[in-house]
Amino acid sequence: MFAVMLVAGCATGPKANPDDPLEPMNRALYDVHDAVDTAVVRPVAQAYVDVVPQPIRQAVSNVFNNIQDLFSGVNGVLQGKLDKAGDDFGRVVLNTGFGLGGIFDLASMMGIERGNEDFGQTFGVWGIPQGPYLFVPLFGPTTVRDGAGVAVRFVWGPAQYLNEEALRLSLYGLTYIDLRADALSASGLVDTAALDRYTFIRNAYLQRRRYLVYDGKPPPEKEE
Amino acid sequence: MFRFERLARMRAAMTVFLAAALWLPALALAQEAPDAVVKRVATDVVNTIKSDPAIQAGNEARIREVLEVKLLPNFDFTRMTALAMGKNWRTATPEQQKRVADEFRALLVRTYSGALNNYRNETIDYKPLRMNPADTDVTVRTLVMKAAGSPIQIDYSMAKTPEGWKAYDVIVGGVSLVTNYRDEFNDQIKAGGVDGLIKTLSDRNKGVAAK
Repeated sequence: MFAVMLVAGCATGPKANPDDPLEPMNRALYDVHDAVDTAVVRPVAQAYVDVVPQPIRQAVSNVFNNIQDLFSGVNGVLQGKLDKAGDDFGRVVLNTGFGLGGIFDLASMMGIERGNEDFGQTFGVWGIPQGPYLFVPLFGPTTVRDGAGVAVRFVWGPAQYLNEEALRLSLYGLTYIDLRADALSASGLVDTAALDRYTFIRNAYLQRRRYLVYDGKPPPEKEE
Repeated sequence: MFRFERLARMRAAMTVFLAAALWLPALALAQEAPDAVVKRVATDVVNTIKSDPAIQAGNEARIREVLEVKLLPNFDFTRMTALAMGKNWRTATPEQQKRVADEFRALLVRTYSGALNNYRNETIDYKPLRMNPADTDVTVRTLVMKAAGSPIQIDYSMAKTPEGWKAYDVIVGGVSLVTNYRDEFNDQIKAGGVDGLIKTLSDRNKGVAAK
């Protein structure tokens, strides 16, 4: 079925964007995503925000971020950014040891910033092209390159080593809702600002990723 | 008689003084550096939002009023709209240009007031600006520090105009507002011409949801 959609997606419409050759397929997938998000995911994330007190939600985010920081450090090394990687590893040691397994983000309070590196960015720094933009239902915007990065991260993720199936699945679920809850205000903003939500999200995603690959200093883009 | 004369002289002196008092700040503002403009306006808006009871109670109309008076005069919406429309700007009629700029402005006010409604004690860190006195186009960099979570970089592209420095783009965490709208505007114009774009913008401003 995926192959069929891929072929259908290759038809270039009048709106062809060089970064998004699969736009017709992506739009169809976006509609699926949006329907599920509106009906289930967004309400669950909203309920999570309404029911769970902020300090507990913060603790949950901090624990997940702590794991994320470890991977950010690994990617810092892979990109040759050793200072940044040092900060990330320092953060993990500090937050795991003194921040009770990452519940408290002491490192941020001390002004050690998160590196925010990931495998997708590493591939970008290595010069691998981003490939076509993809919209994956339940996951969101990505590119072939970033998707590959997420796959690498997932295979290496610490939850893989948990033997308890139920625990592993609940952890995935909690990570998911935590991330979606974080994005609630952003999706509210998209609802107000976008003329066409699909295009708006795609453009924002691609700009943001470009900015991250260049560590906040992207070269200026060519004007028309 | 003598007293009247003195009074008239005093009035003349007062008039000159008042005129000077009114003009001087205007002159000073015209020469205000771009980073100083950003800092002054942001501080003013943030302080108003924090202290206004109606805004604290979630009154969005009041937020819009504050934005209208304090923030918007520091934006060059014509330039912003021209950049977002790209080559379509030159082929649009002056009336169309004005209508797109007005609707775009209204859309941004709606978006901004919604975002500011979520404002929770963030602090703004202003990065030092390196510029030459002859520069007419600069980027002012700020970092918005949240109580929790990673700080967000917000940059303002600013150009020198006869009325002082004005922002023509806002770049939030690497996402340029103008660039983000460029494709959207282009798609709308391809589908329904500039009038189609105007209609979509005005529908959005009337609260009609996007697809």
